[in-house]
Amino acid sequence: MTTNEAIRVRPTSAGRSLSSRAAGFGRAVAVVWYRDLLRFWRDRARIVGSLAQPLLFLVVFGAGLGSSIGGAFSPGGGAGPAGGAGIGYTEFVYPGVIGMAVLFSAVFGAMSIVWDREFGFLKEILVAPIDRTAVAVGKTLGGATQAMLQGLLLLVLAPLVGVELGLGTVVALAVALFILAFALSAMGVAIASRMTTMQGFQIVMNFLLMPMFFLSGSLFPLRGVPDWMAVLSRIDPVTYGMDPLRRIALGESLPAPFVESLGVTVFDQVLPVGLELGILVVFGFVMLGVGAASFRRRD
Amino acid sequence: MNAPTTATRPSSAGIDDPVIEAVGLTRRFGALEAVRGVDLAVRRGEIFGFLGPNGAGKTTTINMLCTLLRPTAGRATVAGFDVEAEPDEVRARIGLVFQDPSLDAQLTARENLFFHAVIYGVPRRERSERIQAALEMVELADRADDPVSTFSGGMRRRLEIARGMLHTPEVLFLDEPTIGLDPQTRRHVWGYLRRLRAEAGVTLFMTTHYMDEAEECDRIAIIDGGRIVALGTPAELKSLVGGDVVELRTEDDATAAIQLRERFGLEARADGGALRVEVSDGAAIIPRLVRELTVPVVAVAAHRPSLDDVFLKLTGHAIRDEAASATDRMRMMHRAWGGRR
Repeated sequence: MTTNEAIRVRPTSAGRSLSSRAAGFGRAVAVVWYRDLLRFWRDRARIVGSLAQPLLFLVVFGAGLGSSIGGAFSPGGGAGPAGGAGIGYTEFVYPGVIGMAVLFSAVFGAMSIVWDREFGFLKEILVAPIDRTAVAVGKTLGGATQAMLQGLLLLVLAPLVGVELGLGTVVALAVALFILAFALSAMGVAIASRMTTMQGFQIVMNFLLMPMFFLSGSLFPLRGVPDWMAVLSRIDPVTYGMDPLRRIALGESLPAPFVESLGVTVFDQVLPVGLELGILVVFGFVMLGVGAASFRRRD
Repeated sequence: MNAPTTATRPSSAGIDDPVIEAVGLTRRFGALEAVRGVDLAVRRGEIFGFLGPNGAGKTTTINMLCTLLRPTAGRATVAGFDVEAEPDEVRARIGLVFQDPSLDAQLTARENLFFHAVIYGVPRRERSERIQAALEMVELADRADDPVSTFSGGMRRRLEIARGMLHTPEVLFLDEPTIGLDPQTRRHVWGYLRRLRAEAGVTLFMTTHYMDEAEECDRIAIIDGGRIVALGTPAELKSLVGGDVVELRTEDDATAAIQLRERFGLEARADGGALRVEVSDGAAIIPRLVRELTVPVVAVAAHRPSLDDVFLKLTGHAIRDEAASATDRMRMMHRAWGGRR
């Protein structure tokens, strides 16, 4: 026996330096994040399985809906190809399907907290002498990393869909994917930190995630939609992730004015990609604040 | 407030440097008062048992001491820090083995311990050595790299004990540590706990509703209905029941109880289909009982008082009446089946 020879007397944290507390915070974030990735990697069947749904959407919508709309799909409200270009529906919907994969895996990844609560592991985390904000941050980053990896995995389908992706585009996409994943994962943590049973899961799925997905411009362009839908889609944070994904992904193979014409408008102004991602970052931090606050609350 | 009915009053008086001290600890959940003014002091290095039926307030008390629940009233200190004002200091000095499994079944045993070592700030260079020592202590070193999902309930419990000790806490809280385990595994778990106390000098605070387990403790607090009704060593508590306990089975317990009162001046308690009376000399009174009771006596036995008898005397009901609630059975199933998801 070499362990536990003596009771160790530690100094109180009030006496500990700021830098050692920051190191403790960083360590807690890292280990919570690491555990999520370890579980993600262990569960390779789930990674493959989670690709099935996006693929189904891509094939069914791309082939089915695409052929009934017609080969040259014009996103400019059906008034003819803008800028003289056009794309097939499959190409249009491809970034939307990537966004969908990110949306669901980010939120579900973060909501594994509810699972942990049900099966006790959350208690192990909550009783540890670590800042609970670190738990919320680690969980958010864990869900975000998983979701980003899922999104990146779908990029291998690009040649099949007919979308060209250079290295620069892939890097830009990775950044946009991570920001979208971060915002949604933070939202998932905020929801899960207030949810005590798995019962609420289905409600979140049906009344929040599905509408967020459908209203985000993932499956159809948001120009020329009824006013009520236009308003709701601008409230939907996923919109500000979907649009950059599409504009970046298609930017390489299509002329700039055409890609511009796909962009989401607010008061008839096409939003710059940077601003859209900025909106997501702000949304993500607000959600992270909400999640951390409810973690910090003690019963 | 009911004063505890024992010679050793639960106060810090007489205990130098208590490692756990609670004064008037109370917790309400809405209208329900789960814990009603608990006073206790636990000595450094002792095995302290918290004995009571389900719903008596054991887990609620432990959760308050571990800073998972805030007291509604009263105060408590653990390892010298206030659970309400300095929860982080308390958390850094305690280990916990929860009633329900709290391992990540998808990770291996070693990974579970690694996670714990990091969040408890075990220095990097000591991590792998301590993890290995902890695994060896609970005889799981050969299964260290298997996922916990392949472990039996007993193996999981052992791993949880190893985890609770990994950061060398001053106090290890164990909530029903042997629930749902087979007798052999229970003996093993007790072996580890005694070694921990002997080698690391750690204070063990455990809840249980197994009487034989409570006997292993240095001191026991009996809790019922959110109150401590007695506190002392097992021997002290048993001395509260005078002399011997005679257990009597008759064909008409109601009549027998009346006759016991009228002819012998003995107050009988009914428990599990038998009558129990406290007498000074069991062996001497049995022939008289058999002779003088008019109802046929089916069986009769005298024994030294057990904690069962103490509990029955103090609370008026047997602990085992409530020992296996539905939740409990589910927990035991969960453990027995290895908590498969």
